[in-house]
Amino acid sequence: MDLLVNPTESSLLRFTTAGSVDDGKSTLIGRLLYDSKSIFEDQLLAVEESSKRRGDAHVNLALLTDGLRAEREQGITIDVAYRYFATPKRKFIIADTPGHIQYTRNMVTGASTADLAIILIDARLGVIEQTMRHTYLASLLRIGHIVLAVNKMDLVNFDQAVYDKIVGDFQAFAKGLDNLPQVTPIPMSALNGDNVVDKSDSTPWYTGPSLLQHLETVQVHAETAADEARFAVQWVIRPISDRTDSKLGNLHDYRGFAGRMASGTFRMGDDVLVYPSAMKSKITGIHTYEGPQPETTPQLSYSITVADEIDTSRGGMIVKANEPAQTSQEFDAMICWFADKKTLKPRGRFHLRHTTNDVRAVVTDVLYKVNISTLEKSAENKEFSLNDIGCIRIRTAAPIFFDSYTKNRTTGSFVLVDEQTNNTVAAGMILNSLGDSEDFEDPGSSI
Amino acid sequence: MSAITHLQFLESEAIYILRETAAQFQKPALLFSGGKDSIVMAWLARKAFYPSKLPFPLLHVDTGHNFPEAMEYRDWFVQEIGATLTVGLVQKSIDDGRVQEEKGHNASRNKLQTVTLLDTIEEHQYDACLGGGRRDEEKARAKERFFSHRDEFGQWDPKNQRPELWNIFNGRKHFGEHFRVFPLSNWTEMDIWQYIRQENIPLPSLYFSHQRKIIERHGQLLDASTGIIPLLDEEKPKVKEMTIRFRTVGDATCTGAVESTASTIDEIVAEVAAARQTERGTRADDKRSETAMEDRKKEGYF
Repeated sequence: MDLLVNPTESSLLRFTTAGSVDDGKSTLIGRLLYDSKSIFEDQLLAVEESSKRRGDAHVNLALLTDGLRAEREQGITIDVAYRYFATPKRKFIIADTPGHIQYTRNMVTGASTADLAIILIDARLGVIEQTMRHTYLASLLRIGHIVLAVNKMDLVNFDQAVYDKIVGDFQAFAKGLDNLPQVTPIPMSALNGDNVVDKSDSTPWYTGPSLLQHLETVQVHAETAADEARFAVQWVIRPISDRTDSKLGNLHDYRGFAGRMASGTFRMGDDVLVYPSAMKSKITGIHTYEGPQPETTPQLSYSITVADEIDTSRGGMIVKANEPAQTSQEFDAMICWFADKKTLKPRGRFHLRHTTNDVRAVVTDVLYKVNISTLEKSAENKEFSLNDIGCIRIRTAAPIFFDSYTKNRTTGSFVLVDEQTNNTVAAGMILNSLGDSEDFEDPGSSI
Repeated sequence: MSAITHLQFLESEAIYILRETAAQFQKPALLFSGGKDSIVMAWLARKAFYPSKLPFPLLHVDTGHNFPEAMEYRDWFVQEIGATLTVGLVQKSIDDGRVQEEKGHNASRNKLQTVTLLDTIEEHQYDACLGGGRRDEEKARAKERFFSHRDEFGQWDPKNQRPELWNIFNGRKHFGEHFRVFPLSNWTEMDIWQYIRQENIPLPSLYFSHQRKIIERHGQLLDASTGIIPLLDEEKPKVKEMTIRFRTVGDATCTGAVESTASTIDEIVAEVAAARQTERGTRADDKRSETAMEDRKKEGYF
């Protein structure tokens, strides 16, 4: 396989992998990397030597990703590992998340930037509780595409009936999910390479693509130009200089809002609202280092100028005048709790980081926690410990500008930061606002 | 609408991180070695803040063991992008008795850089240092965050890293702590070269094929023309004139060359595509033990 040398034709696919400890996840990733020539000889040699020293029976490809001393000593993956490979058709970033107890926190982290999730199933075991947890998390994080990798088909004699039953069981479960992802089931044997890179002769009854063929061609544009335009301001570019720039002219009065287009498109002359004031203005400049641009593209970074002297800076947001964002100081959100030494309870206070904003926030209520094995909701226990998922109500010290997470992954997501340790302790996805509140109310005043 | 290319994505992501760094910290600096990764990072910083100048200085931790070509390039590049340069000298750390020079003919100042770096950070009160590290480089780096927290001793705690979700980066810290920030985390060596080609970025001549006096030591091709690496008497007759280029450019004592005739960016891209060794395979500093990089990083290395 030739490695890609022409960058202009290749797009990027980010995916995450989930499976139980012995589902063959490392083998699968190892095969994708090896067959795409992304493992180098010195890496393979180093892994072979380590495996030998440790007395492993096979070359342990997990040692490629498990780079930390503690991981190698304990034979476990502690953290999300990012892996990279390319084929002539596409570049790939894999967020490889461990299958053991801390998987929820790590899978949520890996899934937050993924377009697709590969969920591994051992064909001998079928759909198990773990499969349902992984699928629930993928749908909660709004990953649009799932590959159901029915692995170890060699151990069930490539029996179509076994495969069909697993796919049927899985689809029955997935129907109950809120954000129903598109599911592509593939029968495979990662160990032997069946249907991983090339189609296998052992599954003549399977007419779909191999895993790699699917990854190379699946369309996953999460952010399209047709979405509502959202541009959070990171930084204000003010040269404060009398220089004349060859592309932009005199810079004395230049005031550009620097940020990244989360979704949608702005064109020159568009009517916009600029938060926090929600004042109306017009786009007068869309700039990159390459010069003025007629319009923006989702995910790319710009410096944008507007017609009026509007007071906004980091934390502000520019949207189209006819597509306002929600503005509120109180909203409900699904969260996943990440801290192992602290818990979350009603009245807990945090720094809430949302787009480029950082505001103080208080948890006013815990509405329910989700048992992610049964998907049952319960409000009996209102305390979150590590890896717990549930719905909370939050009040912020100042209004934030957002969309529901279902509508927009960038403007609908936030993290909670512990006030003492400064650690990131929760990931949040906004469900809905509790009405536009105009009155500023310090969350501290009512406690 | 067609999807953006992977290079457009990586460029925009790096610009986003660079702007977050400027916005979230009081006094950042960009670590600049004159190697290709830090050149690409500084190039992206110019784009991120255009039409302003860089809101932070370039910081070179100078081991004193430099290829002259790299120093020449450094001074030209700083002028070209209109940046300011701060230099931390390892020689000064040695003269001040802060560190001791390694002994023996394999001595390297690579490890000593950590002390100079931390001292320079403290002297200038930098609270974030932008580094050109990439996750594909080395297995310990694969677990590194974009925003990597360091305690007041400059140490990295790999088991207690902050989760990074979506594009929210948490730079909150206590007084005395600082951050290392890696805008190129998601880039591969190939991406770097493709981007250099796409942007037509000038590089130090060391990266291109040239004739050089070389000594082979422990399977590594080391420079024998600048005199930076002391040769053993028995090595002197073995010095050979070879056609080589450098895949990475760092401290001259631990940067190995590869035999190569690639003298244009296109030829280098083709060579990288066909390479069966990682670029750090030429780095003696990583070969000292299986977790050499992790151990150095915990102490505060780049």
